Amino acid sequence: MGLITTFSTWLVPCLIAIVLLYGTLKKIPSYDAFVEGGKEGFSLAISVMPFLVGMLVAISVFRASGAMDALLHLIAPLLSAVGMPPQVLPLALMRPLSGTGALGLMTDLIHTYGADSFIGRLASVMQGSTDTTFYVVTVYFGAVGIHRIGDALKVGLLADLVGVICAVWIVTLMFS
Amino acid sequence: MINIIWVALFLIGMGYAAVNGTMDQVNKALFTSASDAVQVCFGLISVLIFWIGLMKIAEKSGLLDKLSRLFKPVMKKIFPEVPPDHPAMGYILSNTIANMFGLGNAATPMGIKAMEELKRLNGGKTTPSRSMITLLALNTSGLTLIPTTVIAIRMKYGASVPTEIVGPTLIATCCTTAAALCIDRYFYHRRKRKGRK
Repeated sequence: MGLITTFSTWLVPCLIAIVLLYGTLKKIPSYDAFVEGGKEGFSLAISVMPFLVGMLVAISVFRASGAMDALLHLIAPLLSAVGMPPQVLPLALMRPLSGTGALGLMTDLIHTYGADSFIGRLASVMQGSTDTTFYVVTVYFGAVGIHRIGDALKVGLLADLVGVICAVWIVTLMFS
Repeated sequence: MINIIWVALFLIGMGYAAVNGTMDQVNKALFTSASDAVQVCFGLISVLIFWIGLMKIAEKSGLLDKLSRLFKPVMKKIFPEVPPDHPAMGYILSNTIANMFGLGNAATPMGIKAMEELKRLNGGKTTPSRSMITLLALNTSGLTLIPTTVIAIRMKYGASVPTEIVGPTLIATCCTTAAALCIDRYFYHRRKRKGRK
């Protein structure tokens, strides 16, 4: 398991070095390209803001009222049997529905339980390991005028389920 | 759907607070969480500027194109019905590579172009072809190399090693992708069996 942790710390710096070396070898103006892309990154971060404010406020109202705890209390016996903390279930259910909704829930979990807690790590891995199935199906098929979804949604949702199970399994194996 | 969930979170929360006398906490949460969300976005700015800036270098230097050529043999196996030199294959490759490097904004237009080409290959029918469903499966499983947004938020909330989740996420995302492709194959063969009967 130490190997995966080492890999995690080395991957990002190595990728950066490769990109910079390759760019220099191909004689492209690296700094200019960086700034150009950076502007896109800036507007992307700003454009996420209204989504995140909307979602985080809604989630925190739900949590502060005590409704979240009541809900978690209700589902806890079902999930503790499989080793999944009930706190991450809302995230697992939101993940295929809305990317920013899931981002809000993940932020809320990390904020509430801490980034280095089991729940914080599990939420991080769950968020990163799959994409928003309903969004992808709607956008990709909608854009080219496919009206019958076929098996696409079933495939996506089953894969999401596998993703949640994998995330729980790997995080338990590595961090607990 | 997401609209209903969003409204329900508010209304159920407020209703629950009214019954259980937690309206005070709800009031506090309303305003602190909004400012929290804005601060999280400020945290995202730094990481997204850096990462997307870096990826622009990778794109302009042709590194991403080179990587997609590397993936072509694999993609030929995953999309057996797409001729290897058809433009659809090129778009599928760019879409996958952009997704892997966390460039969602660049990935979506490529994916849509790939879908258009696949629809043409399918004779312009409004029902999805086998390859179209496979492309969706590939996209919904979200193969990501480095989850930049997640790292940024972990940093904001004081993780001791914000990047420690990169390895586990990569393993999880590979499992999900493999599962998606297997499930997709299974459904394809099921459709074929049904079609013959």
